[in-house]
Amino acid sequence: MKKILLALGLALSVALPALAQAREVTFTTELTDYRGDGAYLALYLTDASGAYQGTLWVAGRKSKYYKHLRGWARGSRLDPAEYDGLTGASITSGRTLKITLDLDDALIDSGYEVRVDTAVEDMRDNRADVAVPLTTGGAGTPVPGRGYVRSFRYDF
Amino acid sequence: MLRKLHGLPGLIAAVFLVTLAVTGAILALAPALDRAGAVVPPAGEISVARMAGRVVANYPGTEQIVRDLSGQVVVYYSRDGQAGADLVNPVTGERLGAYQPSAFFVWIRDLHRSFLLDTPGRMMAGISAALMLLVCLSGMALLARRSGGWGALMRPLAGTGSKRVHAEIARLAVLGLLLSALTGSFLSAQRFGLIPEVADPGPGFPAEVSGGQPRPVDQLQALSEVDLNDLRELVFPYPDDPRDVYSLTTSGGSGFIDQASGELLQFQPRSTGSVVRQWIMRLHTGEGLWWLGLLLGVAALSVPALSVTGAVIWWQRRRSSLQTRDNVAAAEADAIVLVGSEGGATRGFARALQTGLTRAGFRVHCADMNALADSYPVASLLLVLTSTYGDGDAPASAGRFMERLRDFRAGSALKYAVLGFGDRQFPNFCRFALEVDEALAGKGLSQIQPVELIDRCSAARFSEWGSRLGNAIGVPLALSHDPVPPRTFRLELAERADYGQAVQAPTSILRFRLADAGQGWQSWFFRSGRPRLPAFEAGDLLGILPPQGQEARFYSLASSASDGVFEICVRKQPGGLCSGYLHGLQPGDCVEAFIRRNPGFRPVTGAVPVILIGAGAGIGPLAGFIRKNTARNPMYLYWGGRSEDSDFLYQPELGHYLEDRRLTGLSTAFSRSDEKAYVQDRLRQDQTALRQMIDTGAQVLVCGGRDMAAGVKQVFEEILQPLRLEVEDLRAQGRYLEDVY
Repeated sequence: MKKILLALGLALSVALPALAQAREVTFTTELTDYRGDGAYLALYLTDASGAYQGTLWVAGRKSKYYKHLRGWARGSRLDPAEYDGLTGASITSGRTLKITLDLDDALIDSGYEVRVDTAVEDMRDNRADVAVPLTTGGAGTPVPGRGYVRSFRYDF
Repeated sequence: MLRKLHGLPGLIAAVFLVTLAVTGAILALAPALDRAGAVVPPAGEISVARMAGRVVANYPGTEQIVRDLSGQVVVYYSRDGQAGADLVNPVTGERLGAYQPSAFFVWIRDLHRSFLLDTPGRMMAGISAALMLLVCLSGMALLARRSGGWGALMRPLAGTGSKRVHAEIARLAVLGLLLSALTGSFLSAQRFGLIPEVADPGPGFPAEVSGGQPRPVDQLQALSEVDLNDLRELVFPYPDDPRDVYSLTTSGGSGFIDQASGELLQFQPRSTGSVVRQWIMRLHTGEGLWWLGLLLGVAALSVPALSVTGAVIWWQRRRSSLQTRDNVAAAEADAIVLVGSEGGATRGFARALQTGLTRAGFRVHCADMNALADSYPVASLLLVLTSTYGDGDAPASAGRFMERLRDFRAGSALKYAVLGFGDRQFPNFCRFALEVDEALAGKGLSQIQPVELIDRCSAARFSEWGSRLGNAIGVPLALSHDPVPPRTFRLELAERADYGQAVQAPTSILRFRLADAGQGWQSWFFRSGRPRLPAFEAGDLLGILPPQGQEARFYSLASSASDGVFEICVRKQPGGLCSGYLHGLQPGDCVEAFIRRNPGFRPVTGAVPVILIGAGAGIGPLAGFIRKNTARNPMYLYWGGRSEDSDFLYQPELGHYLEDRRLTGLSTAFSRSDEKAYVQDRLRQDQTALRQMIDTGAQVLVCGGRDMAAGVKQVFEEILQPLRLEVEDLRAQGRYLEDVY
């Protein structure tokens, strides 16, 4: 499990005592048995209109394949500064990725969305395999994905 | 050194290489299978815009369209919140079937890439590919050395058994194997960062888009300019996002397309590094090059056969290496046996000589020729047994002999004899043995007896040499060594046809069949219990073991295994032990026999003429070749006998073959007829025609006695002179073959 303080460039949160307003959030992504090589995943935040806000996690170590995580690649412009220190191994068929991050309170119930893009070698790319609003009410509720994700949920 | 470089990596990696090769051969089918299922319109007929329009009409939720190098078009779509993928016909946009990469091929590919062991397995596969490269290169160098130079690589190969099979298969497959090994090594080296990978991040996302009303995909200008066959991938914009764009990848590069204006944005041509890498990938997988894939697959299938024959060769060499218990130190020995051997066959003879000499009371030291000492203080005998390698070179264990001989100090008591081993099919038969003999004489050593040359490991000639040597040094010396103890089977004489009684040349055509072959259904039922017959063809040798444990004698076979009989033609030699024995057989009598392959004596197949020349019983294998010439290739037979009335062997059959054109022309000569002609005379008469045929690539096969073969060779030297060719030139090209007894 990784604990990473996520600063999403919100000037306000920097000005205030940060820790008091951070919350520990766990993201659980379970994959289907899609029968292929290890999947690359990008978990990221967008605003209500779908515009990229920041990277939560990238599973998969070879950056040359990152362009297949299309929505995230477009938003992050594949700038290494966007995902530095937020990468890990790719996830094999049927396994679960669980990450815990410290998120700013201001991001919750404010219209932000969590998205998951997925890609597997020689198989389709899924932009927004999962797209779910980040709300207090939605916490703990699994949602199904469209592609390689069987279910996704976040817990505070 | 070269041999170790070939053998060791081969042995170590054999299991991995066989796995890589078999899985590779299976994967090689994929491009051809994909191509067979793909719809590929001619270039310039269908644009990407048109294709995409038709696909979208059938798949409103299209997210991505991918065209692979085989021409298959896959659409990835979303319907009712579920993702799907279908193969589509790019012309009509209709569904061909669900797209699901075959689980079997995926498994085979993982086995091929990584032995199912992920990163460590990938590393092993990469190392195996590098070893394969080493084995291919060292093998080519070995084959070139063996055939007598790089230019001789494509000539027919001499030799027999595993070595020949190994060389023949390798020669056919080596280019395919080299390509697979080279590209595989490259891809693996790049995977592990040994070769830097050119980063190809692709174009950056456009900062500005027009943001207007999106047009239907078939009305986008940029897409209508791209031919379907150049498409790699088209990714659709996210639904209802006017700021998103199409991403397009073609064979030339990649870029984006504004969904409102239809303009191509930020197009970036593919980098050279990426093009090179993709080509190496294609040359390895055959993707989009289905014919290359199949060729590489067939080449890969040779690897199991090469591994097995290679291991057999290695084992034979190891078994015959020098390991004798009664070896005496060089300084104390009174008889020295030195061995020059490449494949190890000569060592067996050396061991037999050592045993014979030891039994006769000598203290024997046996060693490689390369281990020649500076002097042998107490020795009185120096016996050198050597083969010749390739084009007259020293074999492996004698490469440094000549150099060491310069520093050799021979005692005055030391006498020597040289025994050469070779194969008369090679142009420089026993050349190295002759050179060694001269060099030893040049050192002032006295010769016990003249150099003797043994053709194809003849056990009989070896024991004759032994008894002459025994006479010369005054001790009885009984040498017996048969290189490979043959597995014999019992043959029953089925029928015989006798000729030549009236002209004092009794010759019989003998037809044998397997003695234990049962009749009727029992023989089918109990088939597995019977001894299995080896495969044989006309031109191979039938070894007959005469009674009372005499040495085997060899007769050329006139029939093939498919004829179901063993047919030989035997002239009764005055005082001949085995021929007398055979001539005494009556139908129903049995003999012990075995097959010795003789693949070096075969007619070529194809349109070039084959000139068959024989005398007396030498017609046997030639008649067999004609009988098998059902393709009606041009074949001419020159044959000499004594009298048309008495010993015209195969007369009715030959007439029949002329009629059905299996035999193109027949010319006979009879020495006891009125004209007293020999086969050489007939050749001289036809010399213009023969010269013309040789000029068009004809092959000559001679079978008969030694004197007749020498006479025929002389005539051919005359015939070839105007062409500025010699018999040796033809022999080196496999176009002048002799089977002489």
